[in-house]
Amino acid sequence: MIAEEPKIKNVYEREDLLTGCQAVSQAVRLADVDVIAAYPIRPYTEVMDALSKIIADGELDAEYIIADSEHSQFEIVKHASSVNARAFAGSSGTGWCYGFEALVVTATDRLPVLFLVGNRALDDPGAFGVEHNDAMAVRDMGWLLAWVTTPQEALEHVLIGYRVAEDKRVRMPMALAMDGAFLTHSQHMVKIPTREAVRQFLPPYDLGDGRLHPDNPISIAPQVNEDWVMELRRQNWDAARRARGVIKEAYGEFNAVFGERYSTPFFTEFMTDDADTVLIGLGTVCAPGRTACRRLREKGEKVGFVSLRWFRPFPTIELRESLKRFKAVGVVDRDFAHGSPDDGGILMHEVRSALYPLKNRPAITNIITGLGGRDVSIDDCIRMYEIAQKSKTDDKLDNFVTWIGVRE
Amino acid sequence: MATETIVYDKIKGVHKIPLEEFYTSGHRTCQGCESATTMRAFIKVAGPRTVVTGSTGCMYVANTSYMTTPWIVPWMHTQLGAAGSSAIGMAAGLRALKRKGKIKDEPINAIAFCGDLGGGDMGLSGISGALQTDYDLLIIMYDNESAANTDIQATGLSTYGAQTTFTPPGSKHRIMQRRWKKNVAGMLAVGHPTCKYVATACATFPPMDYMNKVRKALAVGGPTFIHTYDPCPKGWDFHPRYSHEIGEFGIKSGLYPLFEVIEGQVVYSYDCRKTAKGRIPVKEFLVAQGRFAHLIPEDIDYIQKRVDEMWEEWEIPGVAPIKGILK
Repeated sequence: MIAEEPKIKNVYEREDLLTGCQAVSQAVRLADVDVIAAYPIRPYTEVMDALSKIIADGELDAEYIIADSEHSQFEIVKHASSVNARAFAGSSGTGWCYGFEALVVTATDRLPVLFLVGNRALDDPGAFGVEHNDAMAVRDMGWLLAWVTTPQEALEHVLIGYRVAEDKRVRMPMALAMDGAFLTHSQHMVKIPTREAVRQFLPPYDLGDGRLHPDNPISIAPQVNEDWVMELRRQNWDAARRARGVIKEAYGEFNAVFGERYSTPFFTEFMTDDADTVLIGLGTVCAPGRTACRRLREKGEKVGFVSLRWFRPFPTIELRESLKRFKAVGVVDRDFAHGSPDDGGILMHEVRSALYPLKNRPAITNIITGLGGRDVSIDDCIRMYEIAQKSKTDDKLDNFVTWIGVRE
Repeated sequence: MATETIVYDKIKGVHKIPLEEFYTSGHRTCQGCESATTMRAFIKVAGPRTVVTGSTGCMYVANTSYMTTPWIVPWMHTQLGAAGSSAIGMAAGLRALKRKGKIKDEPINAIAFCGDLGGGDMGLSGISGALQTDYDLLIIMYDNESAANTDIQATGLSTYGAQTTFTPPGSKHRIMQRRWKKNVAGMLAVGHPTCKYVATACATFPPMDYMNKVRKALAVGGPTFIHTYDPCPKGWDFHPRYSHEIGEFGIKSGLYPLFEVIEGQVVYSYDCRKTAKGRIPVKEFLVAQGRFAHLIPEDIDYIQKRVDEMWEEWEIPGVAPIKGILK
């Protein structure tokens, strides 16, 4: 597509070779975050290494707290957010789970903190590689949850994330997920926006009459029991529903400031125009997925790839409208949901649910792959396409769920 | 004297206690609740330019019901083990906003409270983290020696031998609470050399002592910690009219040492050493409460022996359980 002329002349200050974590650290600087709480765990931790240097060099004026645990780390930013400070934290794997209590209340307190989740396999046994179950754990808790696929997208989604999370129609915490190692630690050229452009896109954080300050003496989160919990859950539900519209607005505004960066907010399609079979996945699996797609196209196969970005809120309508064009959809899960219906992955269940109302829905097949950081090769993806293509005609696929890349 | 190093607005008599209340009606605490007195007193002397977080516990569940909050100051719930981290969060947020000119630069107290279960057991790590920072914050651990909103379960701070719902006396085991009370204030003072102020207190004894300790903690700067001793009529099984007296007995018997550690120096608020005020027998404290009704004389003797050891053999009596260097 043709990029529009942006409103501000210099929307980028420079271009640099950055990892996913470093790109996020630059976005945190540009968002003028006030409080950062750090605790080390691979692989997200590189963002905290980078931020400590940014602060040491005076490029960002923020409180940088080295917490005693993830639980404290998350509670620190939650309470900083409650006094109207823009706050940032993050974690990975079991560290994310260690602070889970704090993650739950951050959502129910409706505090728009932004967290980076560098996806990592859950122990035991120890594994540093990517798996999506860590971030997925908050999917039903009132969180915004999105996966990015490049450092550039990561940087941009910190800004988009804060904007959506802090919008008073939303006020939900934001988990920005990126694949451990494959994105947290892989370098790409990244265009770094100017402060002026970021200021134009991202308004200051304002909790209004919800902030904790002596001039605004309120009690937050008193004991409610059965008298009020249901009404409060309903408010969270409404906010999550409103978030879809706010996200669309935010991308519109982002494109207006930075040029046409995103044609669709919730997911990106690749070679889908005349496709009859597509794969859909979260995160960096799109890289081998797209390459495999291109190779199959060269052989005349009508295949495409859909990279899903927003998982919460789930883009139900948009995804349904998109996927109903195809005959078969192969859902690639880099996660597990043991004992779930059809013993499939989390993403598959969500996609199938979204397509359920269609009268003529595409065949849906599920692939579980890349767990614990196992490499997903181009050949693996070609196999996934083959399975998905087969599901068009074979509606009795014995293996509804296929594990790819596992030693059996 | 170390006390003179803290410049603070001292309350010199009961008639000088501020009249304004910032913890008022609306709470549902029990008759004779000493912890409610602890709450009322700290915010009275801290004043309205204060933000407060309260950990889960009886002072959350019984204190702060939706639409009937007793808090006149801004107040927020925090998780059971998050008193320390919530205090850091508030203090760090306010400091950043003031420095960056986003809010008016003025002194605002950040106070977090927690119970003995939340602070002394689960939240120790977070409180330790808070006491290592340079933020101006105060953590108050109100200690009623049990999980008092959950059914009166034993914690690491329950007195040895006490009956609770987790430690009922039985036909085989008379004593189920076999742990000696955890020395939280002493541990925190010893473990955090840059923390300027750690104290123990009781809301009502000696009169005004606790209020002045809160004032000192807020005046000294940096992170501070106060452990209060709160007799609980329901949990300790005594008539609500005796709450203050039971606290006084606990202190005078030496079971609950009252002290301040000001920049590394110990100041006794009630000196139980034989060379000073001495101690009343622990039996006077124990027999006044139903939770010790199952104890036999040998149990009482054992408790007395440990208390005597605390005051006569510890290198720093009542504060640090080190008995000197073995030669």
